[in-house]
Amino acid sequence: MAILNLLRIAFLALQRNKLRAFLTMLGIIIGVASVIAMMAIGEGSKQSIRSSLSGMGSNMITIMPQSNEPGGVRLQGSSIQTLKMEDITAIKKLQSENINGLSPVVSTSGQAIKGAYNWPTTITGVSTDYLNIRQLKLKDGILFSERDVKSFAKVCVLGQTVIDNLFPDGSNPIGQIIRFKSIPFQVIGVLEAKGQSNFGQDQDDIVLAPYTTVQKRITATNYLQSIYASATTEASSDAATVEITKAIRESHRLTAAESDDFQVRTQAELINTISATSSMLTVLLTVIAGISLFIGGIGIMNIMYVSVTERTREIGLRMSIGARGQDVLMQFLIEAILISITGGVIGVVLGIASAYLVSFLLNWPIMISESSIIISFIVCAITGIFFGYYPAKKASNLDPIDALRYE
Amino acid sequence: MEQKILDIRDLKREFVMGDQTVRALKGITFDIKAGEFVTIMGSSGSGKTTLLNILGCLDKPTEGSYHLDGVDVKSLDRDELAGLRNTKIGFVFQAYNLLPRTSALENVELPLFYNKTISADERHKRAIKSLESVKLAERSDHTPSQLSGGQQQRVAIARALVNHPVMILADEATGNLDTRTSYEIMALMQELNAEGKTIVFVTHEPDIASFSTRTIMLRDGKIQKDSINTNQRSAKEALANLPESDDY
Repeated sequence: MAILNLLRIAFLALQRNKLRAFLTMLGIIIGVASVIAMMAIGEGSKQSIRSSLSGMGSNMITIMPQSNEPGGVRLQGSSIQTLKMEDITAIKKLQSENINGLSPVVSTSGQAIKGAYNWPTTITGVSTDYLNIRQLKLKDGILFSERDVKSFAKVCVLGQTVIDNLFPDGSNPIGQIIRFKSIPFQVIGVLEAKGQSNFGQDQDDIVLAPYTTVQKRITATNYLQSIYASATTEASSDAATVEITKAIRESHRLTAAESDDFQVRTQAELINTISATSSMLTVLLTVIAGISLFIGGIGIMNIMYVSVTERTREIGLRMSIGARGQDVLMQFLIEAILISITGGVIGVVLGIASAYLVSFLLNWPIMISESSIIISFIVCAITGIFFGYYPAKKASNLDPIDALRYE
Repeated sequence: MEQKILDIRDLKREFVMGDQTVRALKGITFDIKAGEFVTIMGSSGSGKTTLLNILGCLDKPTEGSYHLDGVDVKSLDRDELAGLRNTKIGFVFQAYNLLPRTSALENVELPLFYNKTISADERHKRAIKSLESVKLAERSDHTPSQLSGGQQQRVAIARALVNHPVMILADEATGNLDTRTSYEIMALMQELNAEGKTIVFVTHEPDIASFSTRTIMLRDGKIQKDSINTNQRSAKEALANLPESDDY
């Protein structure tokens, strides 16, 4: 009841000075609106980077060979031949719940030829899990089967760039024979176009074949360039990394003293690295916006001080008709909080609107998080209390006799 | 015997300013009974304002006792004094002290906002009744700037009445008004007094004092004279007798 009365008193007092109340609010409005808009833009760009990276398979784990300095000489990773099919078998033996896909990668570059056309590309020997790991989809045809892998079948799946260059007339490539390093491959599937990767790589310049075929008929090697695996979820990729490391170390018979002769990288790490940059940008923008919110708070304090001085007689009157010190304190505090919260509400609306305007006009990705709204709202209320307290305290400490006769 | 609203015994008030002590009130004793209309007079520097502050529970005596409606004011703290002002005293000021840009009704309601025991509904009803008693009910939605000085003072009187005080304390309430309007206000005061309200009216105009039932003269911090006014003038008659030329 008492607080309701005070709310009404404060509200009426604000109503008597609508324009001033609004101007005071303006600082808060701009502060909150910019915090929300900046966070929406920052968060949006972070999300968009994240989602394009996830397009490459956010659960993907890459296992690459690495020199463990056997003779004091570091060798380049690709020339190391430590990864073998046995490693894959060892990982498979784990039957881990954290890993749901595993594929060897054997690749070599060369010229793909179809009739009068040819195109320099890379043939990648993989297993049947590869499409899932890399989140690739077939547009047409089928992927080679386990049987094809076992029987070194000369079949392949092509990316869009390869097709554009080998079949410029637009004829259906399925069933056709292309040659790679003079080995004939029958085209059995076509991949959906994926466009450029974040690093400018053409992800469609790709020829996929069973790794057994590539190893036996083209490279004539028995080692693997790398192993791709996929974790069940993004969250389980750390656990999967630990398990894979352990399995390969055992398979390589490394003693505890020896360092890894391979390295395991998760896509999540890469995503984190890149989104850290964009997080920093968001923080920077938010700090700038936060400063304007702070300045808005100082504006409230300034106006409340002026208001207390200007309304000294009013305070004297209120005290003489029975307002206690704490009633006056609460009135001015509530006025300050009302200003900042009303400003906060308008700021939130304006911030969301301007974020959408930015996304509409500039086509920037935005992402309005609930937390940014809640946080800026709480900051607003705290600003009101913090900056409103001292003027309110000053008002409540006035002597009614002096205040009544104040000129 | 009539009920004592106000009982002051040997009241002293001293102010310490630097190394000097200013003795504003040097021992005052009097009491006021329910239904009296008392004017407190005195020239400037007589301790009139100091006494008024103490009577209004805005200030506390240095020595002596002050009982208001049976409550010993000296023993109360700041908040309790505020509560006492809220329930027992109705202030009327020289400068009206109405809230600007606020309707007459809301101005009158103001004291009741600080009384937790009164509901919004009750507050509203009492404010309207109070405005009716000063004959301004039809102006209840007007703001002070839309009212004349006399009307503003009547709103202030309505505000003083709204909390049903035991005493109305007026501080030079006619000081800012012309003679005619002053008489109108005094007529209103006499009317309220006739209804049984106790009124303490601080003024320096002997003319105004003649409308009261009793006059206390202060001089130099002491009571110079405390006399019952045997031939109280009627403000209504005085109003009727004002020369026409004043009425432009």
